[in-house]
Amino acid sequence: MEAFFLKTLFKKISDGHRVSSHELLELYSKASLPELGSLANAIRYAKHPEAQVTFVVDRNINYTNVCTSECAFCAFYSRVGDEGGYVLSREAFTQKIEETLALGGTQILLQGGMNPALDLDWYTDLLRWITTTFPIHVHGFSPPEISWLATQSNLSIDETIARLKDAGLKSIPGGGAEILVDAVRQRVSPNKCSTDAWLAVMRAAHHVGMRSTATMMFGHVETPEQIVEHLGRIRDLQDETGGFTAFIPWTFQPTHTQLSVEKASADAYLRVLALSRIFLDNVDNVQASWVTQGEKIAQVALFFGANDMGSTMIEENVVAAAGVDHMLPKEELIRVVAAAGFTPVQRDCFYNHLS
Amino acid sequence: MTEWSLTRWSYLRDINNEGTGIAVWQPFAEISRGGEPVEEGTMEFIDPKLAPIWEKVHTGTRLSFDDGRTLYASHDLSGVGRMADFVRRKRHGNIAYYVYNQHVNYTNVCSNRCTFCAFATDEGTKNAYTWSIEEVKARLLERKAEPVREIHMVGGLNENLDFDYFTGLLRAMAEVRPEATLKAFTAVEIDYLSRISGLSLADTVEKLKEAGLAMMPGGGAEVMSERVHDALFPKKIGKARWLEVMETVHAAGIPTNATMLYGHIETIEERVEHLITLRELQDRTGGFSAFIPLAFHSKNTQLAYIPATSGVDDLKNVSVARLMLDNFAHIKAYWVMIGEKMAQVALSFGADDLDGTIIEERITHTAGATSATGLTRDEMFAMIRGAGFEPVERDSFYNPVP
Repeated sequence: MEAFFLKTLFKKISDGHRVSSHELLELYSKASLPELGSLANAIRYAKHPEAQVTFVVDRNINYTNVCTSECAFCAFYSRVGDEGGYVLSREAFTQKIEETLALGGTQILLQGGMNPALDLDWYTDLLRWITTTFPIHVHGFSPPEISWLATQSNLSIDETIARLKDAGLKSIPGGGAEILVDAVRQRVSPNKCSTDAWLAVMRAAHHVGMRSTATMMFGHVETPEQIVEHLGRIRDLQDETGGFTAFIPWTFQPTHTQLSVEKASADAYLRVLALSRIFLDNVDNVQASWVTQGEKIAQVALFFGANDMGSTMIEENVVAAAGVDHMLPKEELIRVVAAAGFTPVQRDCFYNHLS
Repeated sequence: MTEWSLTRWSYLRDINNEGTGIAVWQPFAEISRGGEPVEEGTMEFIDPKLAPIWEKVHTGTRLSFDDGRTLYASHDLSGVGRMADFVRRKRHGNIAYYVYNQHVNYTNVCSNRCTFCAFATDEGTKNAYTWSIEEVKARLLERKAEPVREIHMVGGLNENLDFDYFTGLLRAMAEVRPEATLKAFTAVEIDYLSRISGLSLADTVEKLKEAGLAMMPGGGAEVMSERVHDALFPKKIGKARWLEVMETVHAAGIPTNATMLYGHIETIEERVEHLITLRELQDRTGGFSAFIPLAFHSKNTQLAYIPATSGVDDLKNVSVARLMLDNFAHIKAYWVMIGEKMAQVALSFGADDLDGTIIEERITHTAGATSATGLTRDEMFAMIRGAGFEPVERDSFYNPVP
């Protein structure tokens, strides 16, 4: 079994063939965990020959928690009119961004709820103000936010993205992808954009030269086939545009959410991570998710295809609301990477190394 | 946009990362011969230094000191893991064991005061406690409704307790929990008991056995190195006495476990030496049941400056133990120390046992462990099934519990 899977697959890859969805499913169910690790690790070193692991120093800024999406897996949002709802003030932004810069941060990850009180002008004003006031890269607004904003503003996706870009948006995080299969989305996030809409936003962004990441949140109601389908959609779009910088799989955190499922195991996480690296031959970077997995599994993830530790996340609210409290300041993240036997390298949003 | 094509696989043969521990991936020339039947026992490694070790592993040849050092030093974590998984599956298939157990730490007063311990204290301090026999009985009775199969009991070296306390404790526990195996006292405690009993080691063990001692845990060996002993636990018995106690206990027909505390000041060589020492004793006695690598937790100890062990090192210690200790049936991933998630992964890296459900873990939690202090049987099942293995509840001697 061992020899068969590794040999046939290695041969296939070294002969220049891609792994098919069917083969990926076979691997998912039949290969052992360390076999998948070896495959993914070999591909990781093919793309990134140095034993280096990159990370970015950034801060998550969640501009509002008011959200009409009401996804079943989310513990962060407030309904319109709820007491706990907020929209960040400029003063709060200033403080958060200045702290980020003081800590050597290079970017902010700007994400928030679908708040009907905020129109497109609010977003573009905010972007213009941030980018003209602070020397910081704005990585912001996942496809569901952009798709929603376009609908709210009666604009096309292209036009919405053009306006956000013009106002200073530099790149788009790949959030809100969850599982890119509508049958799953209808169950866990029925009010969020469809698979095609998610991909349409990314396609439009990539076409105007704006790059993005792609994510996958698994470990809830999806099947292995649907995970593979998700990976297929990402790989296809990447073939078309080449705009994805990185792929970031992470597991659903069930605490304080409406979905009552068993938490995905570390085995499942590492398997899917390795399969992502094996399947997505056209995506350069794969991130380990220390936020959802903790530092030890994140270290092991570096041997399962990941070449990037993601962000120091000076402030993270969304996953924390779901009962996860892993915190890794920059020095700690550097120690964790080095302890796993890799050289930590700070990078920017486009994976350029910063010295 | 960055183009990446499959032709970049050639990197694998071009890179030379001397010094980083990353070796060149070599198998493709061999594989691309094409059309060959898959040979039984072939395996490819990112680290070519592993290939000769694999030759030994799959032919059942004993690994050397140098092999052990190579395994620990290799950066090919999954390569080491694949070999360990091969041996593990040959012995145990897809089974992962656990035991329904209860921990009893009868006192935290200890005259040894090892630098790596956050649990021990002096008599009269705020946290000091010593349970009377009645108190221990009461604790067991509290859980009488639960199907506890094993009592794991260890404690400090408390000079206020006499030998009768210990035999009395065992008798009382056997009376309250006749169906459970009494697994008690590290070699350090046994040595101490032989000193306070005024009896020989063999006679001390015999008395304890008469009182109900049926198994012994493997603690107190730490790392069997004079250097580490002198630096971290000078008052505790050293290598020679630990081995002497174990040999005596095995001779009395009492099986024990063996452990190694890693992740403090020990070197790779000291770890390998430790494993080989255990392997040699096992050759003579066959008395060791399981080996348990113990990840050092520094919080609240005198060594608090030492960071937590890495997930990589945790898996390495499981895998290397599985490969070096060819005469040990069981390698345990102690979830209390490495956390539930790492324990799940360890099952694919050579471990076949997750220890126990453990009611009230105290010692590692005093040193900052963030794992649960106990798991229910359902949680243990979910943990094992989630990792893709078949859970089997066992007794202390690895007989499946119906």
